[in-house]
Amino acid sequence: MSETIIDIKNAVVSYRENVALQGVSLRVKAGEFVGIIGPNGAGKTTLLTVVNGLGRLLSGQVKVLGHRLVPGNGRSLRKKVGYVAQVQNIDPRMPMNVREVVMIGRYGRLGLLSRPGGRDWEVVDEMLELVGMSHLARRPIGHLSGGEQQRVAIARCLAQEPELFLLDEPTASLDWKAQTDILELVREVHEARTLTTLFVTHDLGCLPVACDRVVLMKAGQIWGEGRPADLLTSENLSHLYDMPVAEVEKRRAENIPV
Amino acid sequence: MSIFEYQFMQNAILTALLGGVACGSIGVFVVLMHMPFIGVCMSHAAFAGALLGLWLGFNPLIGAFVFSLLAAAVVGPLADRGELSPETSVGVIFSLMLGLAFLFMGVMPGTKSGALELLWGSILTNTRGDVILLALVAVLVVGLIVAFYKEIQATIFHRGMALSVGIPATAILYGILFLTGATITASLRSVGGILIFSLILNPAAAAYQLTYSMKRMFLFAAGFGVLSGWMGLLFSYLFNIPSGATIVVTSSVIFLLAAVFSPKRRVKGWQAKPLAEAGHD
Repeated sequence: MSETIIDIKNAVVSYRENVALQGVSLRVKAGEFVGIIGPNGAGKTTLLTVVNGLGRLLSGQVKVLGHRLVPGNGRSLRKKVGYVAQVQNIDPRMPMNVREVVMIGRYGRLGLLSRPGGRDWEVVDEMLELVGMSHLARRPIGHLSGGEQQRVAIARCLAQEPELFLLDEPTASLDWKAQTDILELVREVHEARTLTTLFVTHDLGCLPVACDRVVLMKAGQIWGEGRPADLLTSENLSHLYDMPVAEVEKRRAENIPV
Repeated sequence: MSIFEYQFMQNAILTALLGGVACGSIGVFVVLMHMPFIGVCMSHAAFAGALLGLWLGFNPLIGAFVFSLLAAAVVGPLADRGELSPETSVGVIFSLMLGLAFLFMGVMPGTKSGALELLWGSILTNTRGDVILLALVAVLVVGLIVAFYKEIQATIFHRGMALSVGIPATAILYGILFLTGATITASLRSVGGILIFSLILNPAAAAYQLTYSMKRMFLFAAGFGVLSGWMGLLFSYLFNIPSGATIVVTSSVIFLLAAVFSPKRRVKGWQAKPLAEAGHD
């Protein structure tokens, strides 16, 4: 039986007066692929920041990869956790090339005052090859399209040699082709590297088919969890998105994002 | 007797060299982290703090340093949390600091020559002590950039991403603000409170036009900073015009030339180059 590597108990997080997570509990086992879905403002991103130690817990307990998180001790954990955010608005004139950006993934592991060596550059080149970006390795990062930038972000994450792979709306604002390419790449990476993956999205159409389990979030709480086929019913989605069942069914039939 | 044999001129040349390196290097952070608003506030706060020191009789440079860090401590987190837009931060803090500066100047007894020197700067009256202070700051700035280059590079690229891979990006940011305060303070007497920010921004902004390599950008920015100082000093000597203002005008001309001839304006052509030729390590 797989080991539990994420164990969140009654986590409460708030930003000033806004409570982003209200007593959330979640357990994830090694090797699982968990999709987290819910409307905007549901607390999905906050849940990821709790997992990688960047979120500030008001109360509750979080244990990830054996680290019991308390304020200020998340840095050593984050070296083992890969995080891909939404497409970033990168300055087109930023003086860094693709290879250098992927190398940032190695920096946390290298530690302060040490320089990347030949082995680190080998890992970087290997990851660029894996995500199909070797041909653009020396391009300035700001010259890439959104889809290419997300591939670079995934390569940077993998260069980190993470045990846990967190993706926060990685396909948001990408076109259909780039979305499907990224979803396929995430699936391949999850399987080839035997990672534990948490994939956040607000768009049902972007939920990877590889998900073992889906967590539904609404208003800072986990509203349901289970196998995708059991959980993603029109009734549940109707509750989740405050939308009549007939409207949900119509949108699903027409493949319009819920 | 050659002009270079006078100690005041030797001090001025050394000041231009060290100030150019320190200000140019700090400017790279200001340009790439999109925080000119923090730099403007810090430099004017330094001016106000120095005047407070002159008025109350303590070392003006201590006042400058404390005030510039206080401005960074107020503006930085407010802008960071999105509670104030950068424009609003500049509007409020910049005008407050100028108001305080002129208030301190107004209530100061006696002649205002010391205050005016801090306002306009006077590189030709720098003492050997000023040069030593600037040398210490320049060595600190360059040394820390070299030692923590990879952490700085990641923080500049994206602070949230740097944090997410386990880099102490918040400490790096505060370190950068501390170095900015130290550089502004050590250069204040040479270039002046009103003009110092231009010497930080212009050389780095010029370097930004010319390269896609961050290492080269640091080198170009430091080089342009030194060039601005030396050329400004030369023109100031030749035409008998104020040195601080001439240095800043020279740095602006360098920026304009870099912007006009920037290869980054021809992105399509650059992208069409073979990748091996186009790349930088």
